[in-house]
Amino acid sequence: MTTPIQTSTGAAHTRILGIGGYRPSRVVSNAEICEQIDSSDEWIRTRSGIVERRWAEDHETVQAMSVGAARDALKHAGVAPEQIGCVIVATVSHLLQTPAVAPLIATELGTTKAAAFDISAACAGFCHGVALGSDLIRAGSAKYVLAIGVERLSDITDRTDRGTAFIFADGAGAAVIGPSDEPGIGPVVWGSEGEQFDLIRQNEKWPQAIDAGDKVMPTLRMDGNPVFRWASFEMAKIAREALDLAGVALEDLDAFVPHQANMRITDAMARALRLPDNVKIARDIATQGNTSAASVPLAMLRMYDEGTLKSGDTALMIAFGAGLVYAAQVVTVP
Amino acid sequence: MATTEEIRADLAEIVNEVAGIPADDVQLDKSFTDDLDVDSLSMVEVVVAAEEKFGVKIPDDEVKNLKTVGDAVAFIEQAPQA
Repeated sequence: MTTPIQTSTGAAHTRILGIGGYRPSRVVSNAEICEQIDSSDEWIRTRSGIVERRWAEDHETVQAMSVGAARDALKHAGVAPEQIGCVIVATVSHLLQTPAVAPLIATELGTTKAAAFDISAACAGFCHGVALGSDLIRAGSAKYVLAIGVERLSDITDRTDRGTAFIFADGAGAAVIGPSDEPGIGPVVWGSEGEQFDLIRQNEKWPQAIDAGDKVMPTLRMDGNPVFRWASFEMAKIAREALDLAGVALEDLDAFVPHQANMRITDAMARALRLPDNVKIARDIATQGNTSAASVPLAMLRMYDEGTLKSGDTALMIAFGAGLVYAAQVVTVP
Repeated sequence: MATTEEIRADLAEIVNEVAGIPADDVQLDKSFTDDLDVDSLSMVEVVVAAEEKFGVKIPDDEVKNLKTVGDAVAFIEQAPQA
């Protein structure tokens, strides 16, 4: 005789209850970057919009930055660590292949044996984490989920590579997701394009680095122009799809918070989307650099700090990166 | 079939929208990089907009050969409709 398996059901709706961030202490100027590459402050500013970026000091580890961001998010949400049922950490720069860093973070935060795991979706990691967290809550697998995006890209950046040395940076961002009476997280539009695997990648696999006798770990490479084209135009289509699925018109949007890949990509996407002038656009990259999985929550935080974003606003988040992979959703700002 | 001047005028409008260059400056003999200050990222935007406007495909490998506005207009004139 077959016993029917019971299933769980969760909240009808979810929302982001709080966000937090950690910005590393060390500010790195374009002048410092240009000590190792043949470039200039003006070239970097016009090609990327980056004026300066933050790189982590030794003590600002992936775990430490994550815990800092998560504590802020928990406080903002008014949720205690013991209430968190799952910790999702999106990162590509936790340089220990196993175990994941998420269990360490969950324990340091004081969760009660929360499920904890890492995901690898590069720059799109945070939006993947929000999608997963929301669905876990709606399925009844967790009541509150902590989604963290964290990177120390400076560890895997070739400081002599003219194409990438000025772009990548470090930091952490976090969101607490929980049940809601009203829908606060729209349907995710996500996907992958593995045929473009090579456009953003580490330059070699670990065994190759070892065989070659390299004394440095593999570093990031990017094929700039094709990435620019894909991110600016193909991702604008994905952003539009996320708006359509959420039933939100461009005119009803308060803020556009794209992954902070490059200011030129943000500008081109905004043009391709024909964003109305009243929609606020996140531009955290100018002083933070491209922090990959951490960029969307950090950008949202800056908009709070500058007073351009307030609780209850409707924001479109979209993130895209190595894989190639992408995810986008409309959210209510906590 | 659009005339050379019509294609130039439409392309000039695109360059104006993407890079803020006055459309009247976008003449056939002008170099995108040297005369009009259109950098490689703006060029990607111009190419994508031109593909949509003229219904043609401009492969990445071809873009580096389009040094002047005249090169781009000539390419668009002979390109098969996508």
